Amino acid sequence: MLFGIEWDTTNDWLFAVSIFPILLRGLAVTIQATVLGFLVAAVLGLALAVLKSARSRLIAWPARVLTEFLRDTPLLVQLFFLYYVLPEYGIVLPAFVTGALALGVQYSAYMSEVYRAGLESIARGQVEAARALDLSALRTFGVIVLPQAVPRIIPALGNYLVSIMKDVPVLSVVSVLEMLNVAQIVSDRSFHYVIPLSMVGGLYLVLTLIASAGVRYLDTRLPKRGLPLR
Amino acid sequence: MDWMNYSLPLLEGAWVTVKLTFFSTLGGALLSFVFGVGRLSPNRAARYASIGFIELFRGTSLLVQLFWLYFALPLIGEALGINLRLPPVAAGALALSLNIGAYGAEVVRGALQAVPRDQHEAAKALDFTPRQTLWRISLPQAIPEMMPSFGNLAIQNLKDTALVSLISLGDLAFKAEQIRNFTQDSTRIYSILLLMYFGMALVLTAIMKLLERSVGRWRAGRT
Repeated sequence: MLFGIEWDTTNDWLFAVSIFPILLRGLAVTIQATVLGFLVAAVLGLALAVLKSARSRLIAWPARVLTEFLRDTPLLVQLFFLYYVLPEYGIVLPAFVTGALALGVQYSAYMSEVYRAGLESIARGQVEAARALDLSALRTFGVIVLPQAVPRIIPALGNYLVSIMKDVPVLSVVSVLEMLNVAQIVSDRSFHYVIPLSMVGGLYLVLTLIASAGVRYLDTRLPKRGLPLR
Repeated sequence: MDWMNYSLPLLEGAWVTVKLTFFSTLGGALLSFVFGVGRLSPNRAARYASIGFIELFRGTSLLVQLFWLYFALPLIGEALGINLRLPPVAAGALALSLNIGAYGAEVVRGALQAVPRDQHEAAKALDFTPRQTLWRISLPQAIPEMMPSFGNLAIQNLKDTALVSLISLGDLAFKAEQIRNFTQDSTRIYSILLLMYFGMALVLTAIMKLLERSVGRWRAGRT
């Protein structure tokens, strides 16, 4: 029994059907962790991207090294670091929040590169033309660069959303009850390993296929030449 | 003093991580070519099998695959009356190879498709067999294109090896976790651990860059 739901071990089919609602509880946590992790990564990534493009080398360099460091070290170790080291400095967070934070930190490095590439892909000439037309820096960014960069950035961010979802099972090591962890608990208690684990794999496959199709659809719908203004 | 006590087990673990990264990257590269080429094959069975492989291993999480191979596969073997109980090192290397192979197959496919179409037509006009076209025309041009992406995948693979510690394989992350359980000295151990992975990643990046340059040279040599 888990979450107050009993399973039925009379035969494999009934077992699969009876644990499905339990796995869905785990799935809900997986999706919450994905969304929270994605939001943290999107914000931290933007901050890193801004710091990296700073004119002062004293700011840009450390930001670049930090990005490289975050990207080259395993999520698992970053998670352990946050989970065991933060409390030593008096910051005690629930496991779920720590987990989402770790996902966000790891993926902020990838996302900062997406922002940078998106912004840099807007031809220099356009920025110079805007300056020649006497547009302020803020207006140039808001009306010229951003509307063209956003359609290039969004599909790449969408792909990272899918990647984050596939990394959520790592959070099970700090006892977050996401889908894989739930399946493991069911397996350990029922001594049936094949069905719960295979169901998790199947659910993941369905989720990623849907999410990838969603990203592709978004990609076709986004205006290639930039968001229309008004 | 603590430093000295930590360093030996950590180095032992690091060596396991290095070996695991090496073999699973190699295995992954092999699978990448098999399924990347298969994905573009005119043979329908080969094509669908490749698509199935790629979608299956890209679409499910690595940790799910690892646990499935380690916990579920032996039971399926039992039901079938064969011994499929994999030692942790085999399950780990297999899961990593399959996973990285599926990502790599997409890289191989992309690079092969980037070879201009008219070269295929020219090869056909010169009466090259499909096999000759693949080996002599497509791959020599496509492989240098794949190298930067393979470099990223190799780093990805190095990071992913940390997950094998969860099936009690004594890699770097596992050894560090053991020491932490013993000493409770989290801050220092995890800082060392992060730096060690970072160092290994930098070395791996340098190796992949060298490989990229030497592979790029074949292409220049042939023109």
